[in-house]
Amino acid sequence: MANPLTILANPDTFKRWTKPLILPIGIAAVVLLLAGSFVGLFASPPDFRQGESVRIMYVHVPAAWMALQTYALIAGASLVSFIWRHRLADVVAREMAPLGLLFTLLAIATGALWGKVTWGVFWDWDARMTSMLVLAFLYAGYIAVWQIIDNDWTAAKTAGILAMLGAVNLPIIKFSVDWWDSLHQKATVIKEGGPSMPASMLLPLFLMAFGYIAFFGAVVLMRSHTALARKKAPARKVSSVRMEEAPAAS
Amino acid sequence: MATPFEKRRRRSLFLTLVLPAFAGAAALSLWAVTKTQVYAYAPSSLPAPAELGDREVRLAGLVQEGTLSISEDDLVVFTVTDGAASVPVTFEGILPALVAENEGIIAQGRLQPEGIFRAETVLARHDENYEAPEVTKALQEAAEKNADL
Repeated sequence: MANPLTILANPDTFKRWTKPLILPIGIAAVVLLLAGSFVGLFASPPDFRQGESVRIMYVHVPAAWMALQTYALIAGASLVSFIWRHRLADVVAREMAPLGLLFTLLAIATGALWGKVTWGVFWDWDARMTSMLVLAFLYAGYIAVWQIIDNDWTAAKTAGILAMLGAVNLPIIKFSVDWWDSLHQKATVIKEGGPSMPASMLLPLFLMAFGYIAFFGAVVLMRSHTALARKKAPARKVSSVRMEEAPAAS
Repeated sequence: MATPFEKRRRRSLFLTLVLPAFAGAAALSLWAVTKTQVYAYAPSSLPAPAELGDREVRLAGLVQEGTLSISEDDLVVFTVTDGAASVPVTFEGILPALVAENEGIIAQGRLQPEGIFRAETVLARHDENYEAPEVTKALQEAAEKNADL
């Protein structure tokens, strides 16, 4: 009969299954981020060229990874929603978007600070930075579509198409440093031949990366639960108002 | 009336037509941009001064060894090379800390008629390799030891 995905797509099942996960994932996020920050700031070496400023990487790189990953998830959920009309996919995609925008802006802001101390400028219109700015605008546009259109089905369809078309920007961001000459350096961790970074730097980087993922997971689950609860709330609110008004009218 | 199954198939068909078409359009425009635009010129691909005119361009390469000099009034002179060709650069101001001989830079400025590149800004580049300083030191010492033998 029904496949496992269909069962989880039921909002009530989703809530029942994921509610107990929020607390442990949230605790994991706090622990990983604290451990990553400590190792990144105090227990890892400076870089041979960049010195202490390399520590900005532990905030910047996971933020940029999350910015791309979140957009990929939104585009995937939009595809599912567009074809199979799953309300849960719409809700989760919508609730992920502000986090994606936050990660993108964090990556741009920390990149600007890092750029100032290493390159000598906060910003340059190279391919990587420009495509990241486009990603921020895509997120903003996606959120705006949800805000402007009142009907949830229309909003989901319109925002979903924007998300799917915008996904073309993801490979552009990833490969911008390979396809074009750029000020931004090429990939260090995810590349052929393995990471060109010592283990003492990879450790805080991955602690932070998993911390970001856990933070993202916990917040998305909480936001989705709230959004699903709110969907039911208006009906109750209206009926309670009517009951209060009823005696006065009679 | 279309059944839900038919509607779903119609929506899938819509996506299989629209998404690849959009991706293809994006790829073609990027390809066109790549053909006509450059972010930075390497010394060997830098056009002649007459061709560039007063246009501001970027020049990317390595600071050639033994050419970097900074006068007391912050006038910086060095040569940028890509192995095949080299271009003399002048710059007034304070260089980013990471600018050094044999390291990558990007200079933004104008090529003067006499072939000297006058930079408004000099940016330091760093590559994708990270290392702990102790490791670098150990590697250098090992290399020196080998050279002595």
